[in-house]
Amino acid sequence: MQIFLPIAEVSVNLFLLLGAGTLVGVLSGMFGVGGGFLITPLLFFMGISPAVAVATGANQIVASSFSGLLAHLRRKTVDLQMGVVLLIGGLVGAALGVMLFNYLRSLGQVDLLVRLCYVVFLGIIGTLMFIESLNAIRNTRKGRKAKRHKHNWIHGLPLKMRFRTSGLYISVIPPLLVGLAVGVLAAVMGVGGGFIMVPAMIYLLGMPTKVVIGTSLFQIIFVTAFTTMLHAVTNQTVDMPLAVLLLLGGVVGAQIGTVIGLRMKAEQLRILLALLVMLVCAKLGLELVLQPNELFSIAGVGGA
Amino acid sequence: MMRWLFLFVLMALPALAEEEVVLGLSHDRVSITADFNGSEILIFGAIKRETEIPEGPPLQVIVSLAGPSREETVRRKERRFGIWVNTESVVVDAAPSFYAVATSAPWNETITQVEDLRYRISILRAIRSVGAPMSVMNSQSFSDAIIRIRKKNGLYQLLENTVAVDQQTLFRTSIEMPANLTEGAYQTRIFLTREGRVINQFETVIDVQKVGLERWLFSLSRSNPMAYGLLSLTIAILAGWGASTAFRMLRNG
Repeated sequence: MQIFLPIAEVSVNLFLLLGAGTLVGVLSGMFGVGGGFLITPLLFFMGISPAVAVATGANQIVASSFSGLLAHLRRKTVDLQMGVVLLIGGLVGAALGVMLFNYLRSLGQVDLLVRLCYVVFLGIIGTLMFIESLNAIRNTRKGRKAKRHKHNWIHGLPLKMRFRTSGLYISVIPPLLVGLAVGVLAAVMGVGGGFIMVPAMIYLLGMPTKVVIGTSLFQIIFVTAFTTMLHAVTNQTVDMPLAVLLLLGGVVGAQIGTVIGLRMKAEQLRILLALLVMLVCAKLGLELVLQPNELFSIAGVGGA
Repeated sequence: MMRWLFLFVLMALPALAEEEVVLGLSHDRVSITADFNGSEILIFGAIKRETEIPEGPPLQVIVSLAGPSREETVRRKERRFGIWVNTESVVVDAAPSFYAVATSAPWNETITQVEDLRYRISILRAIRSVGAPMSVMNSQSFSDAIIRIRKKNGLYQLLENTVAVDQQTLFRTSIEMPANLTEGAYQTRIFLTREGRVINQFETVIDVQKVGLERWLFSLSRSNPMAYGLLSLTIAILAGWGASTAFRMLRNG
């Protein structure tokens, strides 16, 4: 059954769409990731223009993070102070990101920008994750454990602030910058940015693991909501039915994924995810490098 | 005297009302709904005439269906630093979003080039490109690219020999419209030709519109993007939260 998407102005198979949502949901349930960085490329592969894919991806992330944030708020595993600092950076970053996006759109290069960002980030993250989980597998065999708290250059910066929930006394500059970077990524790539923020919070800021997920969800929800609004107002590229369909598939998939995830070992899961990320990266990268069949393109929805 | 006057009038109004189109359409509006999967339009009609069928080569019929025209930006990719990047671009002044032309015989037998130029019937003539920037070489290739890309997507169609003409009086054809249609007034033109010359022309409009929820969402996103953005956030949050709550309740019995 085909369904016509009013903003994307294409008709897509309903079951393909629900299936894609479910697949990403399964993966996000299995690996505990948001899945935004998988949904957006999947939408490209379906022939939805990058401008619509990014804006709709952001909308979908707001919704899929919502119930997670509620659960963390109930368990009090959200550092609201840190969340607000990250959020301020994030809002500024999102605004800058959308400005960059619209500027490149007017030049006809937004498609390239989004794809390049995906190739670079998926490539780096996939490779790092792959190496790390290989090391982790080796280390668990030897019985070693990773250390968390480290004294580094971050503790020398001014504007220090006490974060009670995380038990930290650090400068607000690093969290602001982390938030900013994540905001730009949210606007340009239509992702939540958890895959950048979570490692940064653990290794760079030294936050305790138990508050990391809740706090990042807090930041992600507001930043992606802001991004959605910016895209909706400036480009009119948010496709509501598309977001809802992906979401419904995603919620069902996440439940299945969680069950599968509980039955597998963490290191094996991470290697699988790393391989998947590298695969998507390779596919997007090849499309940039190989000569396309059609060298000409007509500027479509959202000018991409 | 009277006979001369009669002849004079006949010569002054060549072909006027001699052979005229009477048209029927299977439907004069196409509604793009949520499950829109393209549409087939049946165009049929008759040729009304007061006189005998003229001698000579038979009457030919051309049917054209054109979607709304607009300015299009066409870009060309080139390899830069090892990757394919959009470089040159040309703005084509007006290109129809959809264009189908059906004829009753091979193209060259139905109409001459001069008449095509005058009435802008063939796909190539339907696109108007005044001038590309001086920096761009070979700007014709950009108009050709529009035709090639849209032909591939079923948006531009040249359908030779698909108009059936019976007894030089009845004609019918059907045109497939794909799912990826743009909204607007689709100009439908019927031409009657003899020996490549247009002897009568008829025009009407088929309305293509998004309807129902699709229309409402689309127009809201354009007229009040702020409200649309807030609405899509709210609906998405409610849907996501509702579905996960439902799941949790299911699991907990």
